[in-house]
Amino acid sequence: MNLLETKELTRAYGGVIAVNEVSFEAQKGMITGLIGPNGAGKTTLFNNMTGLDVPTSGKVYFEGNDITGFNSHKLSRLGMSRTFQNIRLFSDMSVLENVMIGGHYMTGNPDHKTGRFKNVFRSYFKMKDEEEEMYEHAMKLLEFFDIADLSQELAKNLPYGHQRELEIARALASSPTILFLDEPAAGMNPQETDHLMATIRRIRDTGVSVVLIEHDMKLVMNICDNITVLNYGQMIAQGTPHEIKNNPLVIEAYLGKDEE
Amino acid sequence: MFNFFLLILIYTGIYSLMSMGQNLMTGYTGMLSLCQAGFFAIGSYVTAILTTRYGFSFWATIPLSAMMAAVFGILIGLPTLRLKGDYLAIATLGFGEIVRNVLNNWDSLTGGPMGIQRIPMVKFFGFTINPYKKIAFLVMVWIFVLVFYIMFERLGRSRMGRALQAIRDDEIAAEAMGINTTKYKVWAFAIGAAAAGVAGSLQTVYSLSVTPASYTFMVSVLVLCMVVLGGMGNFAAVILGTFIIQLISYFPQLVGLSSVIPAQFKQILFGLILVCMMIWRPQGIIGTRSYMVGKNRVKMEAADELA
Repeated sequence: MNLLETKELTRAYGGVIAVNEVSFEAQKGMITGLIGPNGAGKTTLFNNMTGLDVPTSGKVYFEGNDITGFNSHKLSRLGMSRTFQNIRLFSDMSVLENVMIGGHYMTGNPDHKTGRFKNVFRSYFKMKDEEEEMYEHAMKLLEFFDIADLSQELAKNLPYGHQRELEIARALASSPTILFLDEPAAGMNPQETDHLMATIRRIRDTGVSVVLIEHDMKLVMNICDNITVLNYGQMIAQGTPHEIKNNPLVIEAYLGKDEE
Repeated sequence: MFNFFLLILIYTGIYSLMSMGQNLMTGYTGMLSLCQAGFFAIGSYVTAILTTRYGFSFWATIPLSAMMAAVFGILIGLPTLRLKGDYLAIATLGFGEIVRNVLNNWDSLTGGPMGIQRIPMVKFFGFTINPYKKIAFLVMVWIFVLVFYIMFERLGRSRMGRALQAIRDDEIAAEAMGINTTKYKVWAFAIGAAAAGVAGSLQTVYSLSVTPASYTFMVSVLVLCMVVLGGMGNFAAVILGTFIIQLISYFPQLVGLSSVIPAQFKQILFGLILVCMMIWRPQGIIGTRSYMVGKNRVKMEAADELA
């Protein structure tokens, strides 16, 4: 069974069809890449899967359940987490606090369904324990990314590469089963990209499935187990990196057709 | 003159409740709301009506004022909080004016423009807290301020406070991190409104009469100024801001120059101070305090490594 899939998902903005009947799938424990030229509808598809946008038609399934049209915060509780193309950190909060926010809903209300009223009082008296719990959790993640020594800096003061890492750390703080990365390597130099590739592999090895949008072909071809290609809102190919590299439709989408 | 100074302190206390509520809405959650005067009026009238008509004691009306203001906060919040920035300001400004107009015209309940007079004084175990004997009243007001300060401070340091700050910094990201932004925004609005409602109750038993004319738009603006002047997102700073604004408002009377300095002078002074603040110290006198969770711990660990 696929961990996440969309069934003929369409998103139209008035007359513009940004995503047209795409049936995307991501498997458990794999890194799935989503590539395509600019304006192909990658981010729109991402937003529709993560609840920031509602599809015009079609369905999204996560672990076999229909999650079409769910709110973003609800999906986050089900185990989906994401980063953004243009970094969206809580810039006036410290690095540590940014990550602690990711653990927000899990603290003090373990199954976050029952005993809400009771939990109000529990939280009031157990504030110290809760904070401790979130602190430990957040520090572990910062250590995973090797930025624990920056924990007291304001997020906006971090260098760009660290901001990208922090955003991933924050996304991981909600203990997701699937992590969406929207252009994680944008604006990074080759060394930083290599480092990022290793990090993404390490994330997968902890058991988190990854879906990523990326333009850097070196990164995509090296770490993805599966790649889906979009062009003009249509899915034109799906397969392993090797298959995608040799797919004539993909080559045409990126390089254009030979005029003979 | 000493008496006059006490009066300033009492008003500082009453307005501090409002400005701390405003701070939760604006400083923490980033919602620019301009209807604290509306909630203030609701709280005042709840106390005035219940004590004069139905013989409630002042203490029993306090939770009712807070609740009534919070209910209106939720009612106004649910439709308007999807708006942002200046749009929210305009919508809430409208609400404040609606409240005042309703009070002005609902003669049978509120007494119309005449308002409600002869509100009984507060009794505390047989001891009457007479607003003309200022010290007792001052103590009562500042006990309220202290209680609300502790509550707000704890709220600000808690998980919820952090969630509110996250909403202020980036709402979409907060939503994606599992924070129910609508719920938190409405709650922040309701809690801020409740504080203003309690301030209204205190105002009623201080002036012993209520008229709609005292709940104008100017009050909401003043409260916002207090928050900006003190420092957004810092409750202690907000109380200082409130004190400074109150001191300026009564400055001519305080130094006995009210016959020389016209009343309009204070508005010029407010404008001047705000302009100067925006240029030289936009973060407010004290400024935002960030709590920086675990700061001491990090320092200690670093010291351990060195040793």
